[in-house]
Amino acid sequence: MTTATLSSATRSSQRSRVIRNVLRRPSAATAAGFVAVLVLFAVFGPLISPHDPDAQDLGNRFAELSWSHLLGTDEFGRDVASRIIQASRIALVAPLISVGVALLIGLPFGLWAGLRRGVVDAVAGRLADTVLSLPAMVGALAILAVLGPGLVNAMVAIGIIFAPGLFRVVRGATLAVAEETFVHSAVAIGSPTRRTLWVHILPNIAAPLLVQVTILMGVALLAEASLSFIGLGVQPPDASWGSMLKAAYTNQFDAPYSVVPPGIAMVLTVLAFNTIGDAIRDAVGLRRGI
Amino acid sequence: MSTRMIIRRLGGGLLVLWLVSILTFLLVHLIPGDPAEVIAGENATTADVERIRTQLGLDRPVLAQYVTWLSGVLRGDLGKSLFTDKSVLTSIAEVAPPTLVITVMAIVLAVLVGVSAGIVAGLTQGGRLDRLVSTLATLGIAMPSFWLGLVLVSVFSLTNTWLPATGYADLGEGFGTWLSHVILPSTALGLATAAELARHTRGCVADVLTRPYVRTARARGASGGWLVRRHILRNAAIPVVTVLGLQAGRLLGGAIVIEAVFGISGLGTLAVNAVLQRNYPVIQGYVLLCAVVVVLMNLIVDLAYGWINPKVRTA
Amino acid sequence: MTLLSVEGLTIDLPGRQPGLVEDVSFQVSEGRSTALIGESGCGKTLTSMSILGLLPAAVRVTAGSVWFDGVDLLTCTPRQLRRIRGGPVGMVFQEPMSSLNPTMTVGDQIAEARRLHLGERRGAALARARELLERVGIPNAARRIGAYPHEMSGGMQQRVMIAAAIACEPKLVIADEPTTALDVTIQAEILALLRDLQRDLDLAVLLVTHDLGVVADFCDEVVVMYAGHIAERTTVDRLFYDPGHPYSSALLAAVPQSGQARSRLTVIPGRVPSAGGFPAGCRFEPRCAHAVEHCREPQPDALLGEGHRTRCGRVASGDLTLKGAGRG
Repeated sequence: MTTATLSSATRSSQRSRVIRNVLRRPSAATAAGFVAVLVLFAVFGPLISPHDPDAQDLGNRFAELSWSHLLGTDEFGRDVASRIIQASRIALVAPLISVGVALLIGLPFGLWAGLRRGVVDAVAGRLADTVLSLPAMVGALAILAVLGPGLVNAMVAIGIIFAPGLFRVVRGATLAVAEETFVHSAVAIGSPTRRTLWVHILPNIAAPLLVQVTILMGVALLAEASLSFIGLGVQPPDASWGSMLKAAYTNQFDAPYSVVPPGIAMVLTVLAFNTIGDAIRDAVGLRRGI
Repeated sequence: MSTRMIIRRLGGGLLVLWLVSILTFLLVHLIPGDPAEVIAGENATTADVERIRTQLGLDRPVLAQYVTWLSGVLRGDLGKSLFTDKSVLTSIAEVAPPTLVITVMAIVLAVLVGVSAGIVAGLTQGGRLDRLVSTLATLGIAMPSFWLGLVLVSVFSLTNTWLPATGYADLGEGFGTWLSHVILPSTALGLATAAELARHTRGCVADVLTRPYVRTARARGASGGWLVRRHILRNAAIPVVTVLGLQAGRLLGGAIVIEAVFGISGLGTLAVNAVLQRNYPVIQGYVLLCAVVVVLMNLIVDLAYGWINPKVRTA
Repeated sequence: MTLLSVEGLTIDLPGRQPGLVEDVSFQVSEGRSTALIGESGCGKTLTSMSILGLLPAAVRVTAGSVWFDGVDLLTCTPRQLRRIRGGPVGMVFQEPMSSLNPTMTVGDQIAEARRLHLGERRGAALARARELLERVGIPNAARRIGAYPHEMSGGMQQRVMIAAAIACEPKLVIADEPTTALDVTIQAEILALLRDLQRDLDLAVLLVTHDLGVVADFCDEVVVMYAGHIAERTTVDRLFYDPGHPYSSALLAAVPQSGQARSRLTVIPGRVPSAGGFPAGCRFEPRCAHAVEHCREPQPDALLGEGHRTRCGRVASGDLTLKGAGRG
């Protein structure tokens, strides 16, 4: 592998080439644009949203779509569009918590196991297999039984469930890179382990890691919605797309189609993360898992 | 597959189950603070706390607790619910049928729809049908199953009143009644799996089509249905079966939310309530049961894999 | 009598430079074996695949015809073509391991053609398959019939391929590099088997190969291909004693002769041009030791003697006489 020995300058130019390759695809560019809009919503939501998302108007419950309420109003007469914009904050932050927790566990253990093998590898590998043998939702439920319900706890639980998968990706990539000659020679000339990791290993496992993290963002959003829907995630009056769906479900007989807007917001976001993940995978030339 | 291999797989499954049993057992002990106090809740009296402590055996050394608990589990005794006098096994057995029915139906639907769509897409690569299937599959993967459930209820139960919105009916209440209650939840639950299977099958069929043995078969005069049945499907099925095994556990997890959408009182509802009430014996029983189901499914997939793939059978 | 006649065959990769195979014509006579020889990339495999319409989807036949039994295989209906495939024309491929279906027993694969073409039931077809396995020299045929390809050695697998190719008593067998993927000792056995079958069943064989030794051992006629063109067409004897194209004589010189030192091995200088980069004139001209100025102009196909054609203008005009090697 020749790319491994490249200087940092060529590496950054390689990085910008990958970004260009990703954005050149119309689907990926659209997805990236969508995520950018979502970030704007999350950061500047209060400035952008047409109404106060928490302002109730009980005389105007379940209003139809109109110019003043683009997506209608909910059971308290609150503006649905404004609430979707407000909830975009949780839609981004919640997956970040999960992915962060998964990285915090999976990355160091994966690196260690990949570089040193031995007991850590064997034990962590067994543990990962065990956790992976449980369905993700079941595992999350078990962890929530310990932590108690709530958004942050739910996302931490999801993060813990993600960790073994991430561990495997990191371990596999590290193992492959560690076999390369340049790592052997770096170790041979006395490069300390920490330096070997930062300079040689991490940049070379970045690509598979990035792909995995992007796709996990979408999965985490789906998990958040599921857990919020069954009442173990976001607690009222906070708004997430999942908890909005829960409210819409409760009032389904009054307004059957109020389940549509939050759902579409969610599907589009997950689709965007998946599309970006696939595009990065193709751009860096990783094989699609068949 | 040779007997030796089956035994090895069985051993691997048992090892996983044992490790799951340790993790499950430790759940109670991972609770920050005094588990008995947390479980009893804030308004509990000292007597309540002591009762729970004794019932869970928390006053004994951890290892002794585990041995007692595990030997109970091996005899089929999962303990008692903290709030009723029912044994955990009875509680689970009471609510298991609806969950198992919609999960199995979901698998059947997913295989029927997903695999056939994938085959069609793979055989007509680049064509209009292929693009349609690929687009639908991408959407299906991004769509949360419970949202699809909600939309299905809006369309089929509320806007039109063709199908019941909630509840579950036993097969004893008549096939039509049963089916009308089962069809929507199973569809919602199976969609993501169908999408995943369609994608996978398409890839596998496309891959098999490039193999030299397909060309050999065509050089022998095989074509159409004969070629697809005898040369393409069996070879494409080998990787697809593996994916199917992975999906079984996912469906069991998905059922938790689907039950909530359709107001079905099944395993998932039991588990969610147990989490909200901190009813640990029930949670432990549920987690163990799920692990057993997943391990069993993996074993079945391994056997099916060996049956389809002669290289494994004789290895 | 002529059994297969390829006329003016041209194969293109649409959207790219034309002429992967250009204006290729040759005949295969009943009961005779004809070699299609050339280096990899010369178009010999494409030519052989096009006969039964087995070209990859991206590649198209844009001109020419392939006559077999009074039918042009390039324009006949898919139904007619299916009747010919595996029926009167059998095919043997290069890599037996990947060319046999890993999930089907070898018996079923041999029986397949009989079920498809003769409508035989599985039992009858399998009984015949067992006889065929014996015929191609596989011991324990009754037991081997239920074996899967991966349970056999490469040589055995190739015997199975041959048994499947002759299952419906074909008149012609097209063998694409049938021995290339095999060990040298196995190669000789497979060739001997093919020769026996050819004699006993009065088969015509079109043997695609890059190995002159195989040609010398096995074939009656030879078609030498270079860079998508036919360089020379003749009998094997004449090719070895009196080659009609500088490329043929260079190939002959490149074969290590028995008794000669390894260091005398002659290698043709330069590389085979790839499609799209073909020279405008004689395609061998850049590598030819005998090239002169007018070789850079297109060279017509010329008749040297009965059944002997060349694309070398210098040889055709008597301007150049080439040295043969003699056989073996």
